[in-house]
Amino acid sequence: MTPLLIAQIVLTLFVFVMLLNSAAIMVYVERKVAAMLQQRLGPYLVGPKGLLQPLADVVKLMFKEELRPRAADALLFALAPVISATCAFAAFAVVPFGAQTTLFGLLNTPLRLQVADVNVAVLVIFAIASMSVYGIVLAGWSSNSKYSLLGGLRSSAQMISYELSYGLALASVLILGNSLSLSDIVNRQGGSWLGLLPRWFVFVQPIGFLIYMTAGIAETNRAPFDFPEAEQELVAGYHTEYSSMSFAMFFLAEYINMVTVSAVATDLFLGGWHGPFLPESLGWIWFLVKVAAILFFYVWMRWTLPRYRYDQLMRFGWKILLPVSVLNLLATAAGVLYFRG
Amino acid sequence: MTLFYVFGAVAVVASLLVIAQRNPIYSVLLLIASFGALSGLYVLLEAPFVAVIQIIVYAGAIMVLFLFVVMLLNAPHEQTEQDERSFALMRSGPMRFGGFLAVALALELIWALSNGRGLGVLGPGAGPASVASIGRSLFTDYAFAFEVTSVLILVAMVGAVVLARRGE
Repeated sequence: MTPLLIAQIVLTLFVFVMLLNSAAIMVYVERKVAAMLQQRLGPYLVGPKGLLQPLADVVKLMFKEELRPRAADALLFALAPVISATCAFAAFAVVPFGAQTTLFGLLNTPLRLQVADVNVAVLVIFAIASMSVYGIVLAGWSSNSKYSLLGGLRSSAQMISYELSYGLALASVLILGNSLSLSDIVNRQGGSWLGLLPRWFVFVQPIGFLIYMTAGIAETNRAPFDFPEAEQELVAGYHTEYSSMSFAMFFLAEYINMVTVSAVATDLFLGGWHGPFLPESLGWIWFLVKVAAILFFYVWMRWTLPRYRYDQLMRFGWKILLPVSVLNLLATAAGVLYFRG
Repeated sequence: MTLFYVFGAVAVVASLLVIAQRNPIYSVLLLIASFGALSGLYVLLEAPFVAVIQIIVYAGAIMVLFLFVVMLLNAPHEQTEQDERSFALMRSGPMRFGGFLAVALALELIWALSNGRGLGVLGPGAGPASVASIGRSLFTDYAFAFEVTSVLILVAMVGAVVLARRGE
């Protein structure tokens, strides 16, 4: 066991635990921000300022009874939440969240703050996102319930529709970054123009950023695109029949997917760990700040905007978002050709 | 090498189970598992780009549509053919057609394996298949095939729309 290998293993476990933690924190933040926006107090009884509320929620979920409809397909019913949670965790493996570090001189060779440095990282994220549809679709189908099935079908249609725009927004950044590796793309965003404006791709690709965030919200099934679980029509959508820890897995997957979408947005558009005032080795603080800002925006959106209608969602996805992202990609390609000769 | 056998075994077993299943949903899922194992084999061949594309295009996009269709049709368990003649080519209807297809496929496989001109599409000296090298050969050497394929897909799409709307 070389020190580097041990560091890698520790890093992997660390990322895993931090993702779990981030879901817990997001549950608390979501409830507190919602309360603030609605002039309520939110959770305040469990722990100081209600900080232990997520823990109480987890304990409650663990002690609930695990239910399964009699007509459900037992194997797939058990498999679906596992697929959802696995995909959510797996996607974060290729996301870099800091510059190389020697951990204050502990290691001889620098360690990259990233579980796996894959040279096609962007495509890996896209691939895992496309696999996570299966968790939701299978949950809907295997429950053998009309609400679940409709929720699952809606969700798959929605995810397939918005995946195209999501992919095209990624592609326009790939052209700018001239690489498929996320750490390369982040490294190209260091420094600034005229010493003022940081070289973040969001300033070159404002439309791409908007498309990415819109499609990202639709991909993670969050309001205002949370049709798979539109409660007025579908009770709770694809996870209507789930209870206890298998419900918790879907819940976990949703929040971790949000974190991953925000982290990828930070790497692709907001310069990753680059930022003023802090040395390169503390760049991960900037990374956390940026991810937190996007996540706050996510929650803010949810409690501000009403849900669309389903046909509006489809029309928007295919007739507005997709053409705009194709045009954006063409314009980016033309611009890069023109300026780089 | 161990990994090769693991992925290979998963791919072969899953593919066999695809046709051995009576429930079409399970067939679809097993086919996805088989594609996943193939993707693992591509990674072992140092072609990560092809591996990821395999997942995105086949496992991610095409199989979602398959699953969608199977679920919407809510296809019941496959009806077993009552024809008891043991040799598939002697049976009636679709079974005979399937038998002919299987024989044709087996002959093609034997021909392809015995006349194999070696594998390796990119030609010698291409090194590990990088995204850049795949893109370059796709848009220079194979540009015609690439463009013709896109026209073919367009034709198939228009055909599907025409067929679907004929009833109206």
